[in-house]
Amino acid sequence: MNVLDTLKEKLGGSIKELKAHNAKRIYITVDRADVKKCLKILFRDLDARYIVASGVENFDSFEILYHLGFDGEGTVVSVRTYLDRGKPEIESMTSIIPGISYIEREMKELLGINFTGHPGLTHFLLRDDWEEGNYPLRKAKNG
Amino acid sequence: MAEDKKKKVIVPIGPYHPLLEEPEFFALYCDGEKVVDVDWQAGYNHRAIEKLSEAKHWDQVTFLVERICGICSTSHPFAYCNAVEDLLGASVPERARYIRCIIGELERIHSHLLWVGLAGHFLGYNTVFMWAWKYREPVLDMFEIITGNRNHYAMFKIGGVRRNIEEEDMPALRRVLKGLKVQLEMLTHAVLDDPVLGARLKGVGVLTKEHIKNFGAVGPVARASGIGGDIRKDDPYAAYPMLDFKVITAEHGDVFDKAVVRLLEMFESIKIIEQSLDAIEGKGGDIQTEIRDIPPGEGIGRHEAPRGECFHYIKSDGTNRPVRHKIRAPSYTNIPTFKASCIGQMIPDVAIILAGVDPCYCCTERVAVYDAGNKKKQMYDFSRLVEMSRQKTEKIKKEI
Amino acid sequence: MSLKIKALKKSLWVYHMSGGSCNNCDIEILACLDPRFDIERFGMTLVGSPRHADVLLCTGIINKKCVERVKEVYAQTAKPCVVVAIGACSCSGGIFRDGYQMGGPLDKLIPVDIYIPGCPPKPEAMIAGIVKLLEKLK
Ligand code: SF4
Repeated sequence: MNVLDTLKEKLGGSIKELKAHNAKRIYITVDRADVKKCLKILFRDLDARYIVASGVENFDSFEILYHLGFDGEGTVVSVRTYLDRGKPEIESMTSIIPGISYIEREMKELLGINFTGHPGLTHFLLRDDWEEGNYPLRKAKNG
Repeated sequence: MAEDKKKKVIVPIGPYHPLLEEPEFFALYCDGEKVVDVDWQAGYNHRAIEKLSEAKHWDQVTFLVERICGICSTSHPFAYCNAVEDLLGASVPERARYIRCIIGELERIHSHLLWVGLAGHFLGYNTVFMWAWKYREPVLDMFEIITGNRNHYAMFKIGGVRRNIEEEDMPALRRVLKGLKVQLEMLTHAVLDDPVLGARLKGVGVLTKEHIKNFGAVGPVARASGIGGDIRKDDPYAAYPMLDFKVITAEHGDVFDKAVVRLLEMFESIKIIEQSLDAIEGKGGDIQTEIRDIPPGEGIGRHEAPRGECFHYIKSDGTNRPVRHKIRAPSYTNIPTFKASCIGQMIPDVAIILAGVDPCYCCTERVAVYDAGNKKKQMYDFSRLVEMSRQKTEKIKKEI
Repeated sequence: MSLKIKALKKSLWVYHMSGGSCNNCDIEILACLDPRFDIERFGMTLVGSPRHADVLLCTGIINKKCVERVKEVYAQTAKPCVVVAIGACSCSGGIFRDGYQMGGPLDKLIPVDIYIPGCPPKPEAMIAGIVKLLEKLK
């Protein structure tokens, strides 16, 4: 069974949108509340490899893409979720994927996305005395 | 836990460590000679590349990503071009594909040789350092012949490569490759058959499959633990589907196996380069396709860099620059494995375990030992840690 | 010529630090040590502590997190000490100069004696730079 069908079967109800850019690049959109469930199925049950997560800023929202790789098939599945522009916040995934902790810290300081339940959301890349509320990767900042 | 940590000795390592965008700073929590916990702090080398990339033209970004890391200076443009071509659905001329593979594999050889040299240096085997770096020079010469520079080759371009490999250079390249094979064989045997190195490295810094899975480690680190992931095979790109090569794996996941994997991989790389040269010799052909506009959309590109999978995600809104460019270098997921591999090990082994993951160790490092228990503070530099590592090697030498 | 300068010129001990570089300059510095370039024949060697150093080689843009460390290392060196900025990054900021993490270039923080531009400069260029410096000291 190929990855696309497996995803449809396992995640079924949570998928709000499924886009296969080509056979090896699949983007699925899920609700913020469902992310944890989906990642758990992908990472633990389907044995996908955690690659990385990327935070993106849009005009009216933030989005996070969790990239997971199925190495046997060479497929990358990106789980996308949209966050509020005013108060970007999502649950931390460290309990499922331990390695994700660093990228969450990075997104926090560069984009200002808050991760609830993260064990230590301290500065990672920037100086400890970096100005609060100055998130360099946001578009309004040009420095 | 915090209470617990207070009683331990803290050994910070770093922060000068220029490996990718993020070099690191480690604090080792020690109980006597034993390491009980590790903390990672990055950012001393963060250069705002993801942000700068949003202000550059699609074409200029290749030069920027090249300068993420000097050792992997093809990997990032390779992955970036793959990402843009994934977005476009564009295909690359055949000759360009082979040239890309040649450059990528040459880089693997030079990077692994560099690692072998530095690992030898940390263990007090300066001869290994001198050998490995001497054999690395012909590889750099090949780069100079092909691209015009020893490092930072500027070969990659969306839709192809910037320079051709000239027919008259081929004999010289083949000659260097032939010489290199003999030298590498000698070096490989010298390293792998040495009883002292075996005793020193076997069973040190073991990573199990479970650790690899949790941290998402890739490349030689994962392959040394028996996980056969290799993007070149799993998600073939460029000319790799047309080439014949093996993915090297080992079983134990210790530093020795990581060395084995890297040493043997170099022979595969030589094989790939020879096949590619055969494939393009005497056949002309385009080396680039013209690409003008990048439509809105997103793309993901991957490349098996010397240290593992290099991952680029780009998002376009149809203008002449990316709106978002996410870069994940392999060490980003390899480094956190220290949390698993260092714990329970002795301080003299830490230098080589850290080196085993291959986060370019060429930079001068400063280590401070803080004895938090009785508020005493001792400063060591990194050479002290290396010194300890060497003393241990000496000891084993005497015992054998 | 003062005694200090005379002593300094004899056998240069080099301390190398990187403040946010792409690593390539650092590798090329190490490549100076390998059998092909072999700077040890000039009596130069890399040392592990700034306190022993006659020459401070700096690479990289000196990112904001490193600024204090660079100043600290410079303060620790025994004077007179020659500071060399290696690579486009530490000379001017190179391709990274507009980034938000740019804390340098180096000459904004500490006095620099010679600049060796290039991205990365070849080992030959580094050796030539140091030789020029020795002549200047005379
Ligand atoms: S000058 Fe070039 S080679 Fe040197 S650190 Fe900067 S980007 Fe890297």
